[in-house]
Amino acid sequence: LGTAALVFGPRIAWATATDDAIAEFTGGADVAEATGLTLTAPEIAENGNTVPIEVDAPGAESIIVLASGNPNPDVGTFAFGPLAASQMASTRIRLAGTQDVVAVAKMADGTFQRASQEVKVTIGGCGG
Amino acid sequence: GNWSRLAAQQSLTQEGLIGESGSGNVTLIHITDIHAQTQPIWFREPSINLGVGQAEGQPPHLTGKAFRQLYGIDDGSALDYALTYEDFTALAREYGRMGGLDRIATVVKAIRAQSPEAILLDGGDTWQGSLPAHRTQGADMVHLFNALGAEAMTSHWEFTLGIERVTEIIESELQMPFLGANIFDAMWDEPAYEAMTSFERGGTKIAVIGQAFPYLPIANPSWMFPDLSFGVRQERMASVVQEARDGGAEVVVVLSHNGFDVDRKMAADVPGIDVILTGHTHDALPEPVQIGETFLIASGSHGKFVSRVDLDVRDGRMQGLEHRLIPIFSDVIAPDPEMTALVEETRAPFKEELTEEIGKTDSLLYRRGNFNGTWDDLICDALLEQRDAEIALSPGFRWGASLLPGDPITREDIFNATAMSYPAAYRNEMSGEMLKIVLEDVADNLFNPDPYYQQGGDMVRVGGLGYRIDIMQKQGDRISDMVLLASGEAIDPSRNYVIAGWASVNEGTEGPPIWNVVEAHIRDRGTVSVAENTTVALKSEN
Amino acid sequence: MAENVTPRVRVPSKASAGEEITIKTLISHPMESGQRKDKEGNIIPRSIIHRFVTTFNGETVIDVTMEPAISTNPYFEFVAKVPESGTFEFTWFDDDGSEYTESKDVTVG
Ligand SMILES: [Mn+2]
Ligand SMILES: [Mn+2]
Repeated sequence: LGTAALVFGPRIAWATATDDAIAEFTGGADVAEATGLTLTAPEIAENGNTVPIEVDAPGAESIIVLASGNPNPDVGTFAFGPLAASQMASTRIRLAGTQDVVAVAKMADGTFQRASQEVKVTIGGCGG
Repeated sequence: GNWSRLAAQQSLTQEGLIGESGSGNVTLIHITDIHAQTQPIWFREPSINLGVGQAEGQPPHLTGKAFRQLYGIDDGSALDYALTYEDFTALAREYGRMGGLDRIATVVKAIRAQSPEAILLDGGDTWQGSLPAHRTQGADMVHLFNALGAEAMTSHWEFTLGIERVTEIIESELQMPFLGANIFDAMWDEPAYEAMTSFERGGTKIAVIGQAFPYLPIANPSWMFPDLSFGVRQERMASVVQEARDGGAEVVVVLSHNGFDVDRKMAADVPGIDVILTGHTHDALPEPVQIGETFLIASGSHGKFVSRVDLDVRDGRMQGLEHRLIPIFSDVIAPDPEMTALVEETRAPFKEELTEEIGKTDSLLYRRGNFNGTWDDLICDALLEQRDAEIALSPGFRWGASLLPGDPITREDIFNATAMSYPAAYRNEMSGEMLKIVLEDVADNLFNPDPYYQQGGDMVRVGGLGYRIDIMQKQGDRISDMVLLASGEAIDPSRNYVIAGWASVNEGTEGPPIWNVVEAHIRDRGTVSVAENTTVALKSEN
Repeated sequence: MAENVTPRVRVPSKASAGEEITIKTLISHPMESGQRKDKEGNIIPRSIIHRFVTTFNGETVIDVTMEPAISTNPYFEFVAKVPESGTFEFTWFDDDGSEYTESKDVTVG
């Protein structure tokens, strides 16, 4: 058991910022639940300062990633060029506490899809 | 009295416990979570072991009478003593201690006499948990499991020896593959250890895949192995299983340290696994649990049991499975003299230290249970008094042998409940708000309905503090009615409390090792008694 | 200005025509978020790498816009097509105006 102080962000408070960031990315267009977008993240972060995530959306033009529970939800945007073999990328991100990581993809036909995955950031410290 | 003990034991024989040869053509022997216990011990199974979500009310989340009813175990029988908790003290006096690596060696040799090509597999948590293992940094257990003839292992507490020592052991001491399909290099995200090993026995190709404890960097200090990343990594498991099949494996065995509920989910979600030899959660089940076409075997902990699994593999696939959970009754199974000698050799340098009697106990001392155990109550008392604290916290470990009322407490016994590599008994201040966050956090790691969010320990033990828990709620809403026992007052979120605890995962934690704190407390008391713990109230009905 | 910034990339040196190859990149950089305070309580100013681009023979593979929520030592893994022999160019753009580059040749044959 550790005693490190963690910030458990009030999830509701930042929701607007995340919605705003999505709206900016989509230009206000409708966003469908993902059918061709996969967001992979660990169920539990080993370290909230470096959480591996992967986005994969075959044919997508670009994918934005947001951390809905961070004070500033912006994380990054992946734009794929003609020599991307698939529209997939992984990176490592900072999460201020347990929250939903959100990805929105702009698909080849100009529509948008959204996927999210909860990542738990825990104090940890007990085991069998 | 002695007559009843004899009567009980006479119904047990070594041959009877080991049993006949199975009918298959591939034999596996599974030992897991021995936690460096080379000697016969007492070990009381949990009285409370709650399952949530799909695991609710399912094995292994059954205890006592419910467990006996499911498996048809008679009250007062040897298996009642070995597998459940009621009447533990009385049954322990009848049936005697369990475990002992020399008894295990006898069983392993007997199985090999029947099935010379049997494969012995070790599920991990092998190198930690005793004074000799602590002093030799696992060298004793590595040596002994080499001698026992284990042919592959996976890991958890092994990594708390620190990455340099683990690497040294793997490179120059360990005579078996150290498997972990889910252990990755943190920088480049590439496999850091062998994922599997293959055997060809009796013309059958067997793949054994190792799966280390997924939450090592969270449950244990990640600074001790900073460049490694773990996790369940289900897709990785699926691809290794496929690789094994593509390589011609007719049967795929996962030697797992996931914990039972995580294995249950992995079995359902990853196709192609025939057998999962489970570990970490220390469950002992007399029958396999079948999930789809996968069989889960749970072989207990602390050397109390060895599983024998016979597989019938024909036409390139597994057609049948027989399982026998062999209880190691130390007074019934004869010690193997070679192993006795080897074990004694590893203990000899510490003999005096180990056997020194520190005090006595009036109470049954045990650890297992979701919320508290008397050993931890004693440790919390020691922390409160020796470290002059208002509240004590003791981690919800599942390892640690038991002691019977009237037993002397030796230094070995104290180490059996505390030996590990980050033992500093810290003392610091924590706000009431933070205390609540800690309890909620640990509770969610135990009672999250999704097994992949569970870490498989038990609830952090508390001293000087009472609370109510409703496990069915969400994180943040499970814990209520927190009370400082000394004053009877509600915990004030804004006030700071003096907390003492041990096993902090933070680097640089300061304080005396916990075994010194516990020893000083027992010496002060002479004889310790631990009253029934009524400070944690459980609300399990919705 | 960030010190000791070292880019590292993993690219196979050989490929067959049209093969899809996995590329991994890592650049040592503190990614100072602009939200941390120093010992005196003063805000440490933001200093991050805000963009990362990979091209092959001048054509874009991936172009990433980054915010302070990207971890220290930014890591990226992605998949590229290699139509012919040529050179991958990797460029990281720092807030302070610095550009860090790395290149790798791939032979198709
Ligand atoms: Mn264990
Ligand atoms: Mn374990």
